Amino acid sequence: MKSRSQDQSLSDSRELDRSYDPLTDSVSDEGELSTVCYRPEGLDHLLQQTNFNKKELQVLYRGFKNVTVGRLPQECPSGVVNEETFKHIYSQFFPQGDSSMYAHFLFEAFDTHNNGSVCFEDFVMGLSIILRGSITDKLNWAFNLYDLNKDGCITKEEMTDIMCSIYDMMGKYTYPCMKDNAPKEHVDNFFRKMDKNNDGVVTIEEFLETCQKDENIMQSMHMFDNVI
Amino acid sequence: MAAGVAAWLPFARAAAIGWMPVANLPMPVAPTEKNKRQDELIILNVSGRRFQTWKNTLDRYPDTLLGSSEKEFFYNEETKEYFFDRDPDVFRSVLNFYRTGKLHYPRYECISSYDEELSFFGIIPEIIGDCCYEEYKDRKRENAERLMDDQEDNKDSKLPNMTFRETMWRAFENPHTSTMALVFYYVTGFFIAISVITNVVETVPCGTVPNQKEVPCGERYTVAFFCMDTACVMIFTVEYLMRLFAAPSRYRFMRSVMSIIDVVAILPYYIGLVMTDNEDVSGAFVTLRVFRVFRIFKFSRHSQGLRILGYTLKSCASELGFLLFSLTMAIIIFATVMFYAEKGSSSSKFTSIPASFWYTIVTMTTLGYGDMVPKTIAGKIFGSICSLSGVLVIALPVPVIVSNFSRIYHQNQRADKRRAQKKARLARIRISKAGSSNAFLHSKRNGLFNEALDSIEEEQRLTKSTSLLESQHHHLLHCLEKTTNHEFVDEQCYQQSYLEAGQNYPSRSPSLSSQDGVTGTCCTRRSKKRHSPLPNASAPAHMHPLTHHPHTHQHGLQELSTIHIQPLSTSRSSLNMRVDEPAPLNCQSGQITTAIISIPTPPATTPEGDAHPPAGPALQNVVKVSAL
Repeated sequence: MKSRSQDQSLSDSRELDRSYDPLTDSVSDEGELSTVCYRPEGLDHLLQQTNFNKKELQVLYRGFKNVTVGRLPQECPSGVVNEETFKHIYSQFFPQGDSSMYAHFLFEAFDTHNNGSVCFEDFVMGLSIILRGSITDKLNWAFNLYDLNKDGCITKEEMTDIMCSIYDMMGKYTYPCMKDNAPKEHVDNFFRKMDKNNDGVVTIEEFLETCQKDENIMQSMHMFDNVI
Repeated sequence: MAAGVAAWLPFARAAAIGWMPVANLPMPVAPTEKNKRQDELIILNVSGRRFQTWKNTLDRYPDTLLGSSEKEFFYNEETKEYFFDRDPDVFRSVLNFYRTGKLHYPRYECISSYDEELSFFGIIPEIIGDCCYEEYKDRKRENAERLMDDQEDNKDSKLPNMTFRETMWRAFENPHTSTMALVFYYVTGFFIAISVITNVVETVPCGTVPNQKEVPCGERYTVAFFCMDTACVMIFTVEYLMRLFAAPSRYRFMRSVMSIIDVVAILPYYIGLVMTDNEDVSGAFVTLRVFRVFRIFKFSRHSQGLRILGYTLKSCASELGFLLFSLTMAIIIFATVMFYAEKGSSSSKFTSIPASFWYTIVTMTTLGYGDMVPKTIAGKIFGSICSLSGVLVIALPVPVIVSNFSRIYHQNQRADKRRAQKKARLARIRISKAGSSNAFLHSKRNGLFNEALDSIEEEQRLTKSTSLLESQHHHLLHCLEKTTNHEFVDEQCYQQSYLEAGQNYPSRSPSLSSQDGVTGTCCTRRSKKRHSPLPNASAPAHMHPLTHHPHTHQHGLQELSTIHIQPLSTSRSSLNMRVDEPAPLNCQSGQITTAIISIPTPPATTPEGDAHPPAGPALQNVVKVSAL
């Protein structure tokens, strides 16, 4: 099955439109939005790459497509999900606080190709790791989430950012009252636990080692296995 | 939650794995999904058109019919689908709401049918998307206005148990309710006209008195005009006081525009009376007389068009204000320009800018009196520009006002047309309703007839004519009659009985013959109809059933129902036994008791003596009941 990458389809549609001026590399029609329509690879291909079965993929795709199709009236069906959508979804689920930062980090974790949009493959592969992967895969994924610059180690600043974003989702009205240094304390706690050689960063090995020794973490990793 | 977002809950839960490594406390137990089903297709059969959707789609909105367990009531076991006997076209919008999370209002749909469907499926209309919300609200408002109009019309047909004050107020507000009101309406209109004409004629020069200049009629026939004025003001004062007395809310009435006009119309007269012939204030007195012209505004009570005009002007206040403002701006600009342009010319009339205002106004409204004319070339150029721009500035806001007036006027016309059509419509509806109640009363007669006359062939014919549904319905009505010990009658007879109850109470009982005309339409027609299938024509028509009835009670009812369908049938039957003609006794509850008392034993007058003595007490029992 031939897969059409996003760039390929973009150039196809531009030529078809005749609104694309190759000389200046711009779209001549002012009001026309990009008619990029991204279609995912075939179902069979995805079956091979992920650990979901056919029905699960179908359900996932239907939900995915609903959100990509014109949430805003001027949006054309694009086949990809952008960061705005993630933020919107999370704001619906966590209305009390501000979940935009966490949604942003999550988006970064899903957007493995780093092109600003999550196509269905990315989405499904991410979910496959989280829900159907081995415990090591899951922990890897979590580490990848925390490692904001994807350099293989989590610094205190990165962890603080993540922690603040998680605490932001709680909002103002909590019991007990949210203190300003709560995230910082939590980060210190985390580093005390994880950073074995006390070099100020947590590497993947330290992370895996500590997590595998912690009963709570091991148990909670399996909690959401059957959400799909 | 929005439809699309609800589908992402599994994703959000899955992504919660990101919190696990940093959490210090153990996580709560996740809710287990009992018998987790794969997503299945649901078939919704709406009046034959089959819609299919995923079950999850419907579960997105659990507080609606389709999303909750309420739809199980509509599940059809044989066909394994949910059947709804509703409009399939509107259902499309309903189902699309589940799919997309947005509810749309189709423009071609009637607003009330759409609302009904929404309420059936448990969806509140407030969530209609922005794209369709305005249209929906407009249509709803129009509908509400129409309903209010209809309600107001219904208010006119109130029952006659209002207080005197309320009756008076109603008569004032709506002159068509009674003849008195109409007379009053025309009389006041006439006097308004007289008053206005008097004011006008007063100033006409009325011929000369020798060696004096022409005098206006007012000064020549002072007494006559004064009398006329007094008469008019008397009438207006009385009218105003009566309205004030009858008004439900006096304070609000006094603040209303019409009452202020009334007051302004009559006040000058009284002030004039008070001030008499004081020379100093005669100037002011003269000014006061100007206010007498306001009497002409009293005509707006009489003319709907005037009221609409007033209302339009009020509603277009902003456009009028804009018109005035732009005109003022233009006047000032052009007046200034003209003044400076004409400054040079000698003997120019444009002596100052305010003096030029007059020229500008006359020119902009294209009047062009010609008393002030520019002489310089610059003045002429600017003058022509002034007149051209005047046309534009005035023409711009006028269409807005006109369209407003047109809209309100047509609305009123439609309301009037509806009111006119309403009578015809109601009459038709009443006939069709009467048809169904007649069917009951008719079959009641038939039924009673059948109970008694087992042997007659008529019975088969008659029973065939009523369907099972009808007969069950009639049985039900009959049960109700028995329960309440009252009987159903038709509207005309009831109203007649009600109206004449007071009038004929004392004198009705003995004389039965004098009311032929009253019952003509409602009862005698039916009685004539009944006479034909009756066999045994020897006795007078209304006596026929009596010969065959073993049961006197039904006898009485039957008897009566041939002649009149009245609540007091039994008593009437007793009266009928006494007289030959179909006794045109009305449904007069009060009289029946007296009638019974005064009638001598009915059996004496009938051929079948045996059947009737028991009729007396039975009849009396029934009469007592009906006298309740």
